[in-house]
Amino acid sequence: MTRQVKVVEDVVIKFAGDSGDGMQLTGSQFTNNTALLGIDLATFPDFPAEIRAPQGTLPGVSGFQLRFSSKPVFTPGDMCDVLVAMNAAALKTNLSVLKKGGKIIANTDGFDAKNLRLANYPDGVNPLENGSLGNYELIKIDVTKMTRESLSDMTMGMKEKDRAKNMFVLGFLYFMYGRTLENTEQFLKDKFGKKPDILESNIRVLRAGYNYGDTTETFTTTYKVEKAKMEPGSYRSVMGNQALSYGLIAASQKSGLPLFLGSYPITPASDILHELARHKNFGVRTFQAEDEIAAITSAIGASYGGSLAVTTSSGPGIALKAEAMGLAVMLEIPLVIVNIQRGGPSTGLPTKTEQSDLLQAYYGRNGECPMPVIASSTPADCFDVAYEAARLSVQHMTPVILLSDGYIANGAEPWKYPVSANLPLIKTSFKTELDEGEEKYLPYKRDEKLTRPWAIPGTKGFEHRIGGLEKEDITGNVSYDPENHQHMVKVRQAKVDRIADYIPDQKIDNGPVKGKILVLGWGSTYGAIKTAVEDLLEEGYSVAHAHIRYLRPFPKNLGEVLKNYEKVIIPEINNGQLVKIIRDVYFVDAIPYNKIMGVPITKTELVEEIRKYL
Amino acid sequence: MTTNTVNPVQLTAKDFSTDQEVRWCPGCGDYSILAQVQKVMPTLGIPKENIVVISGIGCSSRFPYYMNTYGMHSIHGRATAVASGLKASRPELSVWIVTGDGDGLSIGGNHTIHLLRRNFDVNVLLFNNQIYGLTKGQYSPTSEEHKVTKSTPYGSIDHPFNPLALALGADATFVARSMDRDPKHLQAMLLKANQHKGASFLEIYQNCNIFNDGAFEIFTEKSSKSEETLFLEQGKPLIFGAEKDKGIRLDGFTPTVVKIGEEFSADDLWIHDEADIYKAQILVRIFDNPRAQQHLPRPFGVFYQTSRTCYEDMMAMQIEEAKSKKVADLDKLLRGNEVWTIA
Repeated sequence: MTRQVKVVEDVVIKFAGDSGDGMQLTGSQFTNNTALLGIDLATFPDFPAEIRAPQGTLPGVSGFQLRFSSKPVFTPGDMCDVLVAMNAAALKTNLSVLKKGGKIIANTDGFDAKNLRLANYPDGVNPLENGSLGNYELIKIDVTKMTRESLSDMTMGMKEKDRAKNMFVLGFLYFMYGRTLENTEQFLKDKFGKKPDILESNIRVLRAGYNYGDTTETFTTTYKVEKAKMEPGSYRSVMGNQALSYGLIAASQKSGLPLFLGSYPITPASDILHELARHKNFGVRTFQAEDEIAAITSAIGASYGGSLAVTTSSGPGIALKAEAMGLAVMLEIPLVIVNIQRGGPSTGLPTKTEQSDLLQAYYGRNGECPMPVIASSTPADCFDVAYEAARLSVQHMTPVILLSDGYIANGAEPWKYPVSANLPLIKTSFKTELDEGEEKYLPYKRDEKLTRPWAIPGTKGFEHRIGGLEKEDITGNVSYDPENHQHMVKVRQAKVDRIADYIPDQKIDNGPVKGKILVLGWGSTYGAIKTAVEDLLEEGYSVAHAHIRYLRPFPKNLGEVLKNYEKVIIPEINNGQLVKIIRDVYFVDAIPYNKIMGVPITKTELVEEIRKYL
Repeated sequence: MTTNTVNPVQLTAKDFSTDQEVRWCPGCGDYSILAQVQKVMPTLGIPKENIVVISGIGCSSRFPYYMNTYGMHSIHGRATAVASGLKASRPELSVWIVTGDGDGLSIGGNHTIHLLRRNFDVNVLLFNNQIYGLTKGQYSPTSEEHKVTKSTPYGSIDHPFNPLALALGADATFVARSMDRDPKHLQAMLLKANQHKGASFLEIYQNCNIFNDGAFEIFTEKSSKSEETLFLEQGKPLIFGAEKDKGIRLDGFTPTVVKIGEEFSADDLWIHDEADIYKAQILVRIFDNPRAQQHLPRPFGVFYQTSRTCYEDMMAMQIEEAKSKKVADLDKLLRGNEVWTIA
């Protein structure tokens, strides 16, 4: 039969299944396949906290949302065009985000009596059979049966065979979108090269899925998304935590300081530890410490020894590190503290996203304990922000907090990766010579940036002692002098404030530089704000978007920027944190918009919200 | 721990003291320990700039301020963790950790055991005074049961740690005990701790003359020392007593005191072997209350010593191996395996 190829601009697919169904793998394979074609994209993996929640249940559903487009993409999309539902629970939990008229690709085997019961459908009700999905285009496939049949002559057990069923769906979708199988076949060869049976079964089922699409008359049309008009250059797909790790390695290479990571596993930060542990050839030392406190204090020890030291965690772990963060402030040594935020408080929602640790980053320590805070806004941005955190840290002799979150950490997007020669050098030097007129090393004598010199053990004649007790100005000796304490508190604050002289001005991302509404964001709300403001600008409204990377200190012109708009709206995935600081610092009556549901803010709801003030 | 560097200029104890006024209470056992460390340091042949003393919080943790080396007075309980990061990243440094019974066994107990099992080549000097001194007199995790302190007016109901048994349980590769009042022995133990390649755990009985005066006097005072202590020497029988006429004999798995020259001769006694882990397990358990009837004397010296590859060396090896197998090409890393180009 002949088929039409229909060109579409923008597609959102949600892969949903049981957490053991391999939906994350399926999604990321489709993502890479899409990226290699030069199509712009954004992803949003959404998985349960339990590694394997009871099979077939609603809490056990694991999802992976992918949006791809020939236009620039900034979010994984609010609503889906295609929903892959491997079982009844996957359909039930995701149907609300499927557009009317959207396609459902349902694995009928996942809708047997047991699965329907586990998904809490009433007795005798099967949504695939009762006409309740009339508003959608329903494509029913018995994936399990097909998978088994295509492997009928193989000797492996049924359970092993069934593991390949995600490949059937992937092959089917590759057909549907006119793709080739090469990159996935290569991936499977790399992954299962040593297990020929598993490799064979996966490739066979992948092809079976593709051929099923081709030979059955499921479609009269296949779809094509054209290349996006992106800036010329070379691209790759990158996830947030991966980009963050690369940023740290790059900073280590460009500063000449060996990278040391002290970390304790925690969701959703562990992938940084995993990633960095793979790159020992760059001289990276990763230390999986016995707890969060040892993770940061070992990094402090490494920093004292002259490493580019980093500790990575998420909110609960950062809480445990607080005292040691104070020590780093007192020692005035470089340290990058990465917080991949998740839903809180306490254990909260480990696998869900939130931006609720900004105030913790600002204030969550004893004493007057200021420290720079910067935030990444997209997966690829994590590279630049990690690089920048390292630069600020070593050049200003201060711990720096880097805020990312689960949404960015696990999300992927195309990245126009940099060429190492074009990355700015991170200039640092250890103190090895006394200044003119000095008789001995003065560990707390400051330069024009108010930073102190960094002399590391092994440097003859520079032996000195530092610690958490208050320091005497210049000498660094222990001091209980009242005047000195006030001076030191002020100077530590001034040192952080002065960083504003060494960071770029706040830019307006989109919209007029003066106008009615400024939507001010930070972190992972970037895509939602960007697209919401774009829509409203197209409608002719006076709306602008500014996104803050440097949260402490703020860029010097931020106050001026805020005054150029009648209203400032601050959307955040928390109960209103940046808004508090902005009100405090600039006396601007900013308007909060808060969603605290463990999921990103959508463009649609943000447009609705902004409209209220237009 | 060991360091092979030879120092061209002969330093003296004075070279290791700082211009900072030592601020421990007059009569504190810490003075003696500081003096012995300062005496031993110049004999090690390690350049001063390669020595780092790291402490936590507590009276003992003031130590780095008085040592003219590199040093860090860190936060409560974390000296061992700070030292782990430093040693992992700078294996050539000679790292000394000064901690106390509260710092190293209570708030920092976790880091202590993990440092020992990883076997970083560092020296842990645990000053044990069986009390919290800096916070003015609460019981510590090594205080004896029923002890009346400010926080235990009715007597402590905590069972104390046996620090050497704990260290051995964490697979420490060097376990020793000494005391502030025996400078010669303490110097010898400091030397041995330094010579050992791996994590050396040296417990030092230290008198807090303000809040727990005399906690160890039965071991340290001339009148009782020879009867109440047992000084271990490699390859020698376990003999003690003013007349050197008593010994320890193993009766099955049970150490028992015997009189030499009656039923038993020195040949029948337990011969100390630092390399014997099984005997070391029994030796660290000789921890009787010296005021109890029929008790055994308290052993001092090196209980156990073995060789095991150090964490930092394995870390360095992995890095060298990775470097030899794969060139560190930043552009290759950033590019990854799957790339597309937009013209």
